[in-house]
Amino acid sequence: MSTNNLSYNDQGGSDSAVEVGQETTPTSSNAGAGFGLFSTNFKKNDDLKEMLESNKDSLKLDAMKRIILIATGKNASELFPAVVKNVASKNIELKKLVYVYLVRYAEEQQDLALLSISTFQRALKDPNQLIRASALRVLSSIRVPIIVPIMMLAIKEAASDMSPYVRKTSAHAIQKLYSLDPDQKEHLIEVIDKLLKDKSTLVAGSVVMAFEEVCPDRIDLIHKNYRKLCNLLVDVEEWGQVVIITMLTRYARTQFTSPWKEDGLFDENSETAFYESDEKKTKNGDEKKSYMMDPDHRLLLRNTKPLLQSRNTAVVVSVAQLYWHLAPKHEVGVITKSLVRLLRSHREVQYVVLQNIATMSIQRKGMFEPYMKSFYVRSTDATHIKSLKLEILTSLANEANISTILREFQTYVKSQDKQFAAGTIQAIGRCATNISEVTDTCLQGLVLLLSNRDETVVAESVVVIKKLLQTQPTQHSDIIKHMAKLFDNIAVPMARASILWLMGEYCERVPQIAPDVLRKMAKSFTSEEDIVKLQTVNLAAKLYLTNSKQTKLLTQYILNLGKYDQNYDIRDRTRFIRQLIVPNEKSGALGKYARRILLAPKPAPVLESTYKDRDRYQLGTLSHTINTKASGYLELSDWPAVAPDQSVRNVEVIEPVMIHLYFYYPEAESDEEKSSSQSSEESDKSSSQSEKSSSESDSEQKKTTKKPPQKKTVKPTAKDRYYNELFNTKCLSRSLFSLCILTPCPLSCAAALLQVSGPAFVPEKRHDLLHRMTGKGLSAQYQFPRQPCLYQPTMVSVQISLTNTTDHPLEQIHIGDRGPTGLDMHCFNTVDSSIRLPDGAATKEDQFSVSIQPAVGELFLPATMTEQDFRKEQGKLLGMNESSATITMAAENTTRQPISRQVATVANLGVVPSGQDNIHRFAGKTASSGAVVLVTVELRESSAALITINTEKSVMGPMLLRDLKRALTRA
Amino acid sequence: MINSLFLINPSGEMFLEKHWKSVVSRSVCDYFLEAKEKALEPEDVPPVIHTPHHYLISIYRDKLFFLSVIQTEVPPLFVIEFLHRVAEMIQDYFGECSETVVKDHMVMVYELLEEMLDNGFPLATESNVLKEMIRPPTILRSVVNTLTGTSNVGDTLLTGQLSTIPWRRAGVRYTNNEAYFDVVEEIDAILDQSGTTVFAEIQGVVEACVKLSGMPDLTLSFMNPRLLDDVSFHPCVRYKLWESERVLSFIPPDGNFTLMTYHVNAQNLVAIPVYVKQSISFFECGSDGRLDVTVGPKQTMGKTVEGVMVTVHLPKTILSINLTATQGSYTYDNGTKLLVWDIGKLNPQKLPNLRGSLSLQAGAPKPEENPSLNIDLKIQQLAISGLKVNRLDMFGEKYKPFKGVKYITKAGKFQVRT
Repeated sequence: MSTNNLSYNDQGGSDSAVEVGQETTPTSSNAGAGFGLFSTNFKKNDDLKEMLESNKDSLKLDAMKRIILIATGKNASELFPAVVKNVASKNIELKKLVYVYLVRYAEEQQDLALLSISTFQRALKDPNQLIRASALRVLSSIRVPIIVPIMMLAIKEAASDMSPYVRKTSAHAIQKLYSLDPDQKEHLIEVIDKLLKDKSTLVAGSVVMAFEEVCPDRIDLIHKNYRKLCNLLVDVEEWGQVVIITMLTRYARTQFTSPWKEDGLFDENSETAFYESDEKKTKNGDEKKSYMMDPDHRLLLRNTKPLLQSRNTAVVVSVAQLYWHLAPKHEVGVITKSLVRLLRSHREVQYVVLQNIATMSIQRKGMFEPYMKSFYVRSTDATHIKSLKLEILTSLANEANISTILREFQTYVKSQDKQFAAGTIQAIGRCATNISEVTDTCLQGLVLLLSNRDETVVAESVVVIKKLLQTQPTQHSDIIKHMAKLFDNIAVPMARASILWLMGEYCERVPQIAPDVLRKMAKSFTSEEDIVKLQTVNLAAKLYLTNSKQTKLLTQYILNLGKYDQNYDIRDRTRFIRQLIVPNEKSGALGKYARRILLAPKPAPVLESTYKDRDRYQLGTLSHTINTKASGYLELSDWPAVAPDQSVRNVEVIEPVMIHLYFYYPEAESDEEKSSSQSSEESDKSSSQSEKSSSESDSEQKKTTKKPPQKKTVKPTAKDRYYNELFNTKCLSRSLFSLCILTPCPLSCAAALLQVSGPAFVPEKRHDLLHRMTGKGLSAQYQFPRQPCLYQPTMVSVQISLTNTTDHPLEQIHIGDRGPTGLDMHCFNTVDSSIRLPDGAATKEDQFSVSIQPAVGELFLPATMTEQDFRKEQGKLLGMNESSATITMAAENTTRQPISRQVATVANLGVVPSGQDNIHRFAGKTASSGAVVLVTVELRESSAALITINTEKSVMGPMLLRDLKRALTRA
Repeated sequence: MINSLFLINPSGEMFLEKHWKSVVSRSVCDYFLEAKEKALEPEDVPPVIHTPHHYLISIYRDKLFFLSVIQTEVPPLFVIEFLHRVAEMIQDYFGECSETVVKDHMVMVYELLEEMLDNGFPLATESNVLKEMIRPPTILRSVVNTLTGTSNVGDTLLTGQLSTIPWRRAGVRYTNNEAYFDVVEEIDAILDQSGTTVFAEIQGVVEACVKLSGMPDLTLSFMNPRLLDDVSFHPCVRYKLWESERVLSFIPPDGNFTLMTYHVNAQNLVAIPVYVKQSISFFECGSDGRLDVTVGPKQTMGKTVEGVMVTVHLPKTILSINLTATQGSYTYDNGTKLLVWDIGKLNPQKLPNLRGSLSLQAGAPKPEENPSLNIDLKIQQLAISGLKVNRLDMFGEKYKPFKGVKYITKAGKFQVRT
């Protein structure tokens, strides 16, 4: 730091220190104290540096807060070096603020930003998952190309981290790295592929987001994960749901055949198209005789439906668009209610939802017709909402409701908002053309509006009447006359031009009036707007051809005026018309056809919605809203004519059909089931179960299509429904099956300094609680998921899975009397009271007493601590509290990895980083009382090892020692 | 996804900007400001604006514009919903959402925004999770913080974020365990000149304030759940149980939250609690008009109608008004032509009436349309649809909580055409 700065600080240092102490939130509203800060903002940057370099965290923190404030308005990058030094600070808030700053300015100060990288690399190895995650988050946000390899490495490592939170962060980092360096695409796809297989709901949304951004065309990566994603969907956080649903919509359009053909067959008899496509795919033509929905297609529709009830409007609309694009036509109706509900939401939400409804209502009137009144306009609606509602009401109009709608429109026409009134008139015009019954009524109504005092209303009416008359001009010469009379009073150019056009087009119906109008126009020609002048020239030409006797001179006069007009369009038009209609020697063959050219019958304009062509965009997308293709928009493909191979979505581990068989033929297949479910991870439990249920209801279809030989018996449908319900109930709340056991002990404060970390390892071993023979068909297994208990941190979670192996339902399963005294259990009431069986199964009551015997190692929570802390704690727990034994290790257990794994299998302990290679330390605390448990494994020569356990729980110590001994000596 | 966020006050000043990806220049907001200039009212600014390189999605709320900058395709509602969550979060943390409040807590708002999005993708939007990471300011805490130098940023990893119940904090403790539910129903209606109902429906919401220790599992049941036609739930509600048994079973978030919103069956006739007799007329010759409005109770189920308020947007050509009210008081703003008549409680014996003359600007034509009246009202202890909570059961915890249910009926968008 230069002497200049120092001298300044000598003068002002004390002042600023006082100031900082006084105000924690420096703002303009804080006038008295804020004064100093803002008046000397520039000089203050120097003392900020000073503060950042001080030893006190509070000073640094205040400095950082002020820097963040400065950064909102001005460039604060000159402080970068001073700030970056604090990146390794212990104070979490300070650290976070430094991160905010770093991410903002790293791009501008690339070299200096590199100084901070090593800190993050260290933090990536931290035992605390929160720190690992935030380090990765910031590291990947620093947009400095040099560190791309480091980022790549960090992402790969984080993708296989134990904590799902870190894995989620790595999914986010993928997108950041991709935008920084698109060349990394191939490597990133590998990571995405890995993360897509992840079974945590936390990761699912983020990785699909990364997939959409990096490789949306790699649809093949989804196949194996499709069913899992469908099943996890309900439990994914709401933002992830939106992304997953959008992606699955696209996926389904490439993988399944159209469910709409079926409807087409019924209502439009489009059989030719149907059979044509059939012939092309002769190899499975017979199967396609009647449409059969792919069970996976059905699975998607079924699992998204509950989300229509979400409070998040984005989720609701994404489900709605999924149904719109994927569901059979007769099922789309379920989305109507939910969309109408969203109209109660914020104005901006209404805007987007109404746009989507507008597009839908053009194709499917019936969907929204019952809710027509929900689209009535209120005077308080914003302009864009009003016009959208008008649009929808017009689309919904049909013979039955048109009178109601027109009555409503009458109110709108009188609105003070003239733009809206004009929109209403156009809407009336559209209704009139679409529904021929009311054309006359509408026309009469519009004519009445011609005497309206407001100019815009009159002008709009004229324009609409013009269009209407074009569709059926024969009967309406009196309206044309009426308009001619009004002509003098109308000043809006568009309306004047429209009247002139009408005169010219139908001049033979009003032979008296048309020349008179032309006379008036000749007088005022020079002062008219361009558009009116053009129509005047047209009128003159048409009259010249039909009634040249009266109008010859007038026409020539107007053509002369037009010849010298300032506007070149008008000059061109005049010249063209003159050559065409006035016969002279130069006019070629075209002159003969002048009449046919000018007085050709013109097709009536089609009045249609501006939302007509929006259906080319996927509903709910930005592109649909702005009606242009937004960058990054992914086209929704058409249904494939032939469904691609369905088996790509099969997952080896959990084969739904097999499990399905298990329920019905317990003798035959039970072994297979057991092995498959045991190998599947516990976290997947609920999802695999709902997958089972999904296969249930589709069993009928599968039977006929996929594996006919295996299933000859037809099951009663009632049973199918029952299993469906049972497992739906199960997946509804997965915690339904976890109990918590608490050994009552006063909470001691000794372990307060220990931070509990996530489990290092979750053993998959399950223990039998109730065998199916003893339990008369009900079998129960339990395991320790080693997850923090939600009910009380001092409890240990036990997960119990119940399986019904009988062919009849089991109702009212509940946990009866509490266990022995001293055991506190937090359990749920009746498990599945919702199940009713129609065929009146016999009621029986059975009671089984079972006992869970937790291994001592399951009663701990892993803790993280440093080696020093470990030594310190160990020092307090000597003598009585220490138990040790020397053992001979199994040959393969002599390196770090296997030892950690073996210990983690036995006991839920955390690894303590150790400086020595031959000593391994593990730490934890008991769940109930928080007493410290320390384990040391010291390797001696020739595979001998000393295990030492220090804990004040004198019973637990030896028990744990015994278990550890067994585990480590076992080969 | 979301690239940047700008907060803009009604006069067009940007007082907060936050970028989650690379920095987008402020000048991008010019497109928005242009659109804002064009719009008559701030509400009329189009929510989605298309500029050459970016897409701007904005919401207008609490007199502030929340403007987000987007670069690629994203569902617009995703952004809109998120922006509203930001506004709700500010409201939740600081009691109100306004320019001053944001400026007062600028650093904390930054910290919150940093946690809410990662690379433009929402990370933590649950208020319970955020509050565990960054504790909301209280007077006591700010004193303690200044004295001890501790911060209000949490340093533990949140169990909430990792569990399947992300909306609830672990280890909640209260000395008084209480759970309150407010059933609030709003009547949306359009009445025509003669007082006939053009359109009416009831929208309801169950707001909850749950302060229970531990991990309670609640079940709320209704006497007449069949009334409810369309519902949407807080994520905590078990949808399947609602489908099968029509009960709300949930592990609640801690504190205030919206449990469900519902829509009452369209078949049921909606009771309109008040009637309005009005006549607004302008004389063809001369620049004069008369206004006469009377409000009276109609179907009130024996309850008193309170907080009645009539709001009228008078035509722009009105020059001045001269009215007398038999009850309550009226205010009139000549700039916005907004007439507000605050009546208060309705007394069936003596109906409130507002009458007097309106004078138009000289030479101005007679207004085409009479202004419509917007009615506001409140009825305590009544859910107009007849919905009743049957009981609330708690499982999983041992203590006896204090339970309470309150019913309120309000006017939603209640409009009388004249």
